[in-house]
Amino acid sequence: MNPPPEKTAKYEVSFTVNGEAKKVLAHPMERLLDVLRNDLGLTGTKEGCGEGECGSCCVLLDGMLVNSCLIPVAQANGVSVVTIEGMSAHNLMKPLQEAFLQCGGAQCGICTPGMILAAVHLLEKKPEPALADIQEGLAGNLCRCTGYMQIFEAIAHAARQRAAQ
Amino acid sequence: MTVHHIVGASVPRKEGWDKVTGAARYVDDMVLPGMLYGATVRSTIARGKIRKITFGPDVAWNEYVVVSARDIPGKNCIALILDDQPCLASDSVNHPEEPILLLAHPDRHKLRKAVDAVAIEYEPLPPVHTIEDSERKSTIIWGADNTFKTFLVEKGDVDSVWKEAAHVVEGEYFTGAQEQLYIENNGVIAAYDAGHGVTVWGSLQCPYYVHKALMTLLALPEEKVRVVQMETGGAFGGKEEYPSMIAGHAALLAMKSGRPVKIIYDRTEDMVATTKRHPSRTRHRTAVSKEGKILGGKIEFTIDGGAYATLSSVVLSRGTIHAGGPYYWPSVRIRTKAVATNTPPHGAFRGFGAPQSLFAMERHMDRIAQVVGISPIEVRRRNFLKPGQTTTTQQVIREQIDLNHLLDRALELSDYAAKKKRFAEENKTATRKKGIGIAAFLHGAGFTGSGERYLNSLVAVEATADGNVRVLVSSAEFGQGTNTVLCQIAAEALGLPYESVAIAQPDTTVVPNSGPTVASRTAMIVGKLVQSAAQGIRQTVTKTELLSDGYTPQQFSDACREYTATHGALKSLARYEAPADVFWDDEKYRGEAYAAFAWAVYVAEVTVDLTTYGVTVDDFVALQEVGKVINPVLAAGQITGGVAQAIGFALYEKVVWQNGRMMNNQMTNYIMPTSVDLPPIRVFFEELGNVHGAHGAKGIGELPMDGPAPAIVNAVEDATGVPFCSIPLLPEELLDALGSESLEQDVSSLARGSA
Repeated sequence: MNPPPEKTAKYEVSFTVNGEAKKVLAHPMERLLDVLRNDLGLTGTKEGCGEGECGSCCVLLDGMLVNSCLIPVAQANGVSVVTIEGMSAHNLMKPLQEAFLQCGGAQCGICTPGMILAAVHLLEKKPEPALADIQEGLAGNLCRCTGYMQIFEAIAHAARQRAAQ
Repeated sequence: MTVHHIVGASVPRKEGWDKVTGAARYVDDMVLPGMLYGATVRSTIARGKIRKITFGPDVAWNEYVVVSARDIPGKNCIALILDDQPCLASDSVNHPEEPILLLAHPDRHKLRKAVDAVAIEYEPLPPVHTIEDSERKSTIIWGADNTFKTFLVEKGDVDSVWKEAAHVVEGEYFTGAQEQLYIENNGVIAAYDAGHGVTVWGSLQCPYYVHKALMTLLALPEEKVRVVQMETGGAFGGKEEYPSMIAGHAALLAMKSGRPVKIIYDRTEDMVATTKRHPSRTRHRTAVSKEGKILGGKIEFTIDGGAYATLSSVVLSRGTIHAGGPYYWPSVRIRTKAVATNTPPHGAFRGFGAPQSLFAMERHMDRIAQVVGISPIEVRRRNFLKPGQTTTTQQVIREQIDLNHLLDRALELSDYAAKKKRFAEENKTATRKKGIGIAAFLHGAGFTGSGERYLNSLVAVEATADGNVRVLVSSAEFGQGTNTVLCQIAAEALGLPYESVAIAQPDTTVVPNSGPTVASRTAMIVGKLVQSAAQGIRQTVTKTELLSDGYTPQQFSDACREYTATHGALKSLARYEAPADVFWDDEKYRGEAYAAFAWAVYVAEVTVDLTTYGVTVDDFVALQEVGKVINPVLAAGQITGGVAQAIGFALYEKVVWQNGRMMNNQMTNYIMPTSVDLPPIRVFFEELGNVHGAHGAKGIGELPMDGPAPAIVNAVEDATGVPFCSIPLLPEELLDALGSESLEQDVSSLARGSA
């Protein structure tokens, strides 16, 4: 259960989600995570802990990687939000998705959308990351299945693929 | 002609694309029209009688659906083994967070306040919180003696060995509770109508466990209960038995309200109320020859089961059978018990008792080495089980396993000898002490003893008119690779491409009961059945004139089309048959405990920082013999993931209890390994094969949970000289043991420096 925003003043939030202008009527303290999932049906963003520890709810907010469970929707007014669903056209997505499949970077899959967003964010800043960069870049994303090794491998693989192109 | 093998190839995960795009459907992604949200009112005390329930004045209760134990149409229990756990407490509670009432409302934001507005008055009774308190029996909280289950394993005449022993080595070892911490919390949706009965969609491992529990709870016939597994975001045993509870709750609310009800736990509720790994205590007393050979010994293994029996007897069984490790015991007496305490019931968690008793065994081997004056390597060499010898349950090892070879290879891969020497030298002056430790162990695949016979698993494979093949099993995918591996096995058996084989979503109206997805049994037991069902399809079609051997996929699909047009559905079933040579005596706990064991030697390298008292694992070698590796990438992922989880078990993950309640019930204060906390986990396989498994596969999922903790603590002893015997081993414990000593060193080196 989430902290209960009382059914007091809902207000209109206008923001861009995955490139489309959206208006949502919500309590200002409603979590961005819930607005994305429940009001906009973008269920690729997952809840793991609800307190900013696990990174499963990662989205890009004006290009910053944030935990959407910690963002009151009021704070999203006027910004651009990108979720996993809005990333398909990004030039890093296909190489990363394929590398995750090939290297075993996704097991149960619940952390995977967040992991992939974190990976995109990392590779945009550091196109040829060292292992330590990858580890640091994923430090806010918990995975309980893989022990991370195959995720590191997938990201390094995708980076190499892109460098070779 | 080259034969293209699918078994042994790292084909991509069946449901992988949905997972990497975010399209995979987990239960919380599903919404039904008119759906309500459910919440649970739980006990705030560990033990007592419920005196009075008051609904507070500030809530519009007429908007809520309220369910109590009185609304249960069937038996108020979670049917599993002993049926002692109520679905909802009615007159007394036996652990903190025990469910008492259920609430549902269309607005999920209105639930928290309502839950808090229910006031429950108790007459508290004295609780029991530790194994020792439970054993004392001054307060009886379960049955006649607080004991859920005991086992006794007897081999040889252990009473006669003590007089010939050069050394008698004793040790006492402890392991703590551990939270599974799947990233997707427990959750279900239930719907009910009188015509169809109840349907539950959930995050779960064992659809037919939930099915059985709902039939009992709701007094519904088999066909009026439907359980569907949604994509499941990690489980590790934590979604073996608990989903029956939450499914029961949602179903009761759905029956009373006539509307679908979703219950999704948040992280705190999941951590505080659901199952964890059983805490354990193991005592060893071992008679050893002067050469370091085990002559015999007594092992006492005790686990804390929490307030209800649930799966404790089965966890105890696996812990009992693994307690002697991969060693030859000429004689042994293993006495084990599961006791009751007033904490939420402990339950299934990867390894299922074996990580606990093997931690003790592998720490104890290092202690024996020290007492005898030989190396940890040598003591293991002198005691390893060999083919033809018998285990503690007198199972003859028929596999041609060579543990010395496995050990040699692990030592080589980890550069053990050179490192051991170098660390000993460097540690003389360093404040960051380095150490290296090993663990050798085994893990039995499949249900224990006669378990597989009772399960009597059934699988089906069907071919459709378009020539596509579908595997029908209740074995669930929750990250470990069930979908992929079973499709590989079917494709191989049919000589078809991997892409031609699909697997059905587990739905009890569609798939037969292939048993629970537990016990490292899926690849080996269910895989073998899938293989034979797929062969059945092949035989059926080739027996007609429609197809002859050496067919192409196109010819196969043409033949299927023609076959189904004339004969109807093309479906082949396979049911488990116990191997003829497997004998097990449940009374004496003797015989063939498992159809196959996986074997492993792990090596951990650590640094103990005497400034921070933190331990880091610097390198980890995981070498195992697991029979045929069906999918190398997925198999390696099972090992790295298991090792990471076991590093958490050893060094990070401490459940802090207060009056039977987990206090650190958040990811903020219960610490699992992050991407920066782990060493390179280097995975190596040996493939000996296994006559009982599909293409020679054995179980693999639980094995990597068993070895890391003792290997790491052995390495910490190598680094510090302190024989720690309890995990998790946190900096606080290191400070207690080493603090005064290293402080003196610091002071004296400062003094020298200033002189």
